[in-house]
Amino acid sequence: MTASAIEDLLRELSPQVLATLVRRHGQFEGCEDAVQEAVLAAAVQWPVEGVPDNPRGWLVTVASRRFIDQVRSDHARRERESATATEVVPQDVPDSDDTLVLLFLCCHPALTAASQTALTLRAVGGLSTAEIARAFLVPEATMAARISRAKQRIKAAGSSFSLPDGAQRQDRLRVVLHVLYLIFNEGYTASSGSELHRADLAREAIRLARMVHAQLSEDAEVTGLLALMLLTHARRRSRTTSAGDLVPLDEQDRTRWDRALIAEGTELVKASLAGPALGPYQLQAAIAATHAGAATAQQTNWSQVHALYLILERIAPNPMVTLNRAIALAQIEGPRAALGLLSTLDGDERMAAHHRLLSVRAHLLEEIGDTAGAYEHYRRAAKATASIAEQRYLQSRAGRVRPRVRP
Amino acid sequence: MQFLISMHINPAVLDALTDEEKAAIGDGHGKFLAALKASGELITTQALVDPSQAVVVSVRNGQPVVTDGPFLEAKEYLGGFYLIDCEDKQRAIELASQIPDTAIAGLGVEVRQVMFADGQLEA
Repeated sequence: MTASAIEDLLRELSPQVLATLVRRHGQFEGCEDAVQEAVLAAAVQWPVEGVPDNPRGWLVTVASRRFIDQVRSDHARRERESATATEVVPQDVPDSDDTLVLLFLCCHPALTAASQTALTLRAVGGLSTAEIARAFLVPEATMAARISRAKQRIKAAGSSFSLPDGAQRQDRLRVVLHVLYLIFNEGYTASSGSELHRADLAREAIRLARMVHAQLSEDAEVTGLLALMLLTHARRRSRTTSAGDLVPLDEQDRTRWDRALIAEGTELVKASLAGPALGPYQLQAAIAATHAGAATAQQTNWSQVHALYLILERIAPNPMVTLNRAIALAQIEGPRAALGLLSTLDGDERMAAHHRLLSVRAHLLEEIGDTAGAYEHYRRAAKATASIAEQRYLQSRAGRVRPRVRP
Repeated sequence: MQFLISMHINPAVLDALTDEEKAAIGDGHGKFLAALKASGELITTQALVDPSQAVVVSVRNGQPVVTDGPFLEAKEYLGGFYLIDCEDKQRAIELASQIPDTAIAGLGVEVRQVMFADGQLEA
């Protein structure tokens, strides 16, 4: 087996091994350290001595031994801990379920979103702290502290290693999906130096979403989220120029869209829409599928996009959704109708100075020929954004409508 | 999200503080720094020497010209900063409000989001 194949195998096995240990011993923090050590040992030994016949069993044995050693060396807690360590091992349940439980644990509601994402990537994604730190553009020490704090919080919350039941399970699943969505977005909205690493985050989010989907395929929102990721990821090659400038959807080279991902995503959307309930991820995926299905921007079925945003607005009211609906409305009823809809957002404090509202309004003003208004709004949007690529784009649009001053 | 919390100090205001008050500021920064490190929100922090030690560099006709003193003749100067990575702007403001300077009139604590970053962050 090649070194990179061993690395892939270890990344796949490490969450399973961690889950098995946490189920046995119930101490997330200590188990996580022990598994990291076992994985490190494997990464050194296996390429030289060969991969054992039962690699997962090998890792569980080595990690358990490390964990028990760790517990024994802790004199103060010796008696209580060694009793735990020698407890009868509960009957093993399928690995896949355990990985899901682990994911639920990492997305514990007691944690901030930043900690949930970091812990998920570390414990379930099998990424090293250094890799996660690079992806989020922070020093390794910062990320290490964040992960360690997250593990302490979970311990303090006294969470048990099991899937929550009923309504609580649904609530927790929403958190899990949100965390995967955040990881994906972090990778998708890469704007500075380390784009490569950040693109890896999008791939990792898709891998985790596939894993959740494999087990909860009956959940329409799980299906919807996976579809949304695939359909969005399909456009990754055409959404920026080689210089890193943003390319808006209507100017993207659609021949560069990844057809295999689009086909898979579209099938998933169809499957999820056949179910009884409709959720925000499903609807966003359906919108992405509508765009993906149009050979050119002109051929987009804007009435369908608008109708989908209307439903989304109804089930999950949010000014961003209204803003997106306005873009669709402009295509079917014209820019004035869209500007009318946007004016309903002016009362919203969070939105009034938001760069997306400013930039959409700038585009619409440009369309109706109000170049002075468009110029003003492009400039304000460029000041308000925190993305350099977006700022460059907005400044260049502003430059195109700059009022001419006579010499 | 990354934010720069910059501390604008007025040397005259600092000079007017009692030794106890100065020590309290030092302690406050120490505690703030420890908490930021533990929570995994600190990227780095740096404090700068007195503005009187600054020089301004310009190049005229291809020749560097170095002038002593700060660029801006102001009462307040950039004294130092914390570079943090936290959940959102609201959290950045919450953190900034824990900096002792915020309780002293005449000292300014400013929060701005980072737009671009590159280079080694490991100290």
